[in-house]
Amino acid sequence: MLTPEEWTAVVLSLKVAFWATFWSLPFALATAVVLARFDFPGKSLFDGIVYLPLVLPKVVVGYLLLITLGARGYLGQYLAEWFNIRLIFTTAGATVAAAVISFPLTVNAIRLALEAVDRGLETAARTLGASRLDVFLTITLPLMLPGILSGALLSIASALGEFGATITFVSNVEGQTRTIPLAIYSATHMPDGDAMAARLTAVSIVLALGALLLAGVADRQIRTLIGRA
Amino acid sequence: MIEIDIALARPGFALAATFTAPAAGVTALFGRSGAGKTTIIQAVAGVVRPDRGRIVVGGETYFDAARGIDLAVERRRAGYVFQDARLFPHMSVERNLRYGERRARGADAGIRFEAVVELLGIGHLLGRRPHTLSGGEKQRVAIGRALLSQPRLLLMDEPLAALDAARKAEILPYLERLRDETRLPILYVSHSMGEVLRLSDRVVALKEGRQVAEGPVAEVMSRADILPVIGRFDLGTVLDCTVTRHDEAYALSTLAFAGGELRVPRVEAPLGGAVRARVRARDVALALARPVDVSVSNLLPAVIEAITPGEGPYADVALAAGASRLAASVTRESVERLGLAPGLTVWAMIKSVAVDSRNADFTVPPEPSA
Repeated sequence: MLTPEEWTAVVLSLKVAFWATFWSLPFALATAVVLARFDFPGKSLFDGIVYLPLVLPKVVVGYLLLITLGARGYLGQYLAEWFNIRLIFTTAGATVAAAVISFPLTVNAIRLALEAVDRGLETAARTLGASRLDVFLTITLPLMLPGILSGALLSIASALGEFGATITFVSNVEGQTRTIPLAIYSATHMPDGDAMAARLTAVSIVLALGALLLAGVADRQIRTLIGRA
Repeated sequence: MIEIDIALARPGFALAATFTAPAAGVTALFGRSGAGKTTIIQAVAGVVRPDRGRIVVGGETYFDAARGIDLAVERRRAGYVFQDARLFPHMSVERNLRYGERRARGADAGIRFEAVVELLGIGHLLGRRPHTLSGGEKQRVAIGRALLSQPRLLLMDEPLAALDAARKAEILPYLERLRDETRLPILYVSHSMGEVLRLSDRVVALKEGRQVAEGPVAEVMSRADILPVIGRFDLGTVLDCTVTRHDEAYALSTLAFAGGELRVPRVEAPLGGAVRARVRARDVALALARPVDVSVSNLLPAVIEAITPGEGPYADVALAAGASRLAASVTRESVERLGLAPGLTVWAMIKSVAVDSRNADFTVPPEPSA
């Protein structure tokens, strides 16, 4: 069905999407909590920076990543020197690009879910003897679960589709950074690449549909679990 | 004992209240919406922070602006029953009930799970989810959850207001049992005269953030100066009575009070039982001589103590009937025509049907608290 080269792209895409979501989710949750529940000077600016990757051209985001995290970037040179971490041309770099691009979507989904949690329930829990942290862990977080799930799925979907920032930041290296979109892009530049592009497009559609169906099932399960059916 | 002396100002709203509530029994915070009733219990719970003053419950200072004390909500152990129940939707009824209980470990566990479940009749609901419960069931579970957090006091914010009449009637007996069987001070927010008469020992009457009157229920609810709180229609007196006779043929009951007897529509209380009868001032008419050939069945001799001309056509007449007080609302024109004046003996006429149990005028008051 798929050639080894195509399989490599599919597996790589899934790996990048999974790890990008895995690593960005805790930060997205923390950011959503800060944005939804705290007030501090400079909040509007912070808010703007969080959503910046959503409105900037993806190529610009990729370029910014290149000059900060690249081999000679402001931070990148120290990453290489001190931790021996190299992001250029590597899967780790592709994961970073995908995480940065999907971050605002994830934050937004979680933030909406958090803002929908009835604060009266949190007050009730506190009168019953629960500390703020206790309330967050036992009341707020469980009630936000549908939002966290949809944030994670949005993150995976957007990571699977990431193109501009990835190709600008970590280039198009087979087995390292060539995810499905980059592979399709390459195929369209090959004289006999039409079949490959078509097969990878089909895989993309199957993955997207599968994710949507899975999301629906999981969402229903969680809503039953938390009594919001 | 609960000592409350607080003041706070917010845009468009100011509140000042000073009262004490006994260590057991129900103290009602009574008034219309916007009176500041809920704000007071929110301050006791620690959800709202007063600008100044102090709140002391059972010797423990919850709040003292002068000394900079503001105990965290979760350390106050103030059992709060919200108007909208606020059960946790992601937990079963049992886990809701256990939520506060588990966090009260170490506190003197005086209130046991089985006892609460029995008291509120919620044993058959334990495995259910909150969204499958009726409004009345939710409220009972919410009360149980608050009780199991081993509270020092209970704060109840119009727990019946969101329910229809049938659900109210379903819950009231549970609230009476709660009052009689737990030795907890209860602050009970309500705008319903009937609920206050039926459940509470003392009342704090509030109007637009101002405390108008405070004291024993029968006394406060009989005062003329709570007119701004309850409105002219409900102005009247509360008489502590004993049931002396049921007349089944006519479906009437006879109640004895310090100023005589009242014949009223059948009361659902045993012979010798104590009831509170509320007589509205508008339902009391006055005559100079004992009327004959009238349908009114309650004719009580009474002495006029004072006459206060009210706004518009009204005059408020304060009467002494034996050892009891009565209030009559008549027109200023009648005062002049009959030559009513303090010291004059008149006949107070009270129609039996005006004292109607439908208006919750008859209520079984709490056991006198020791």
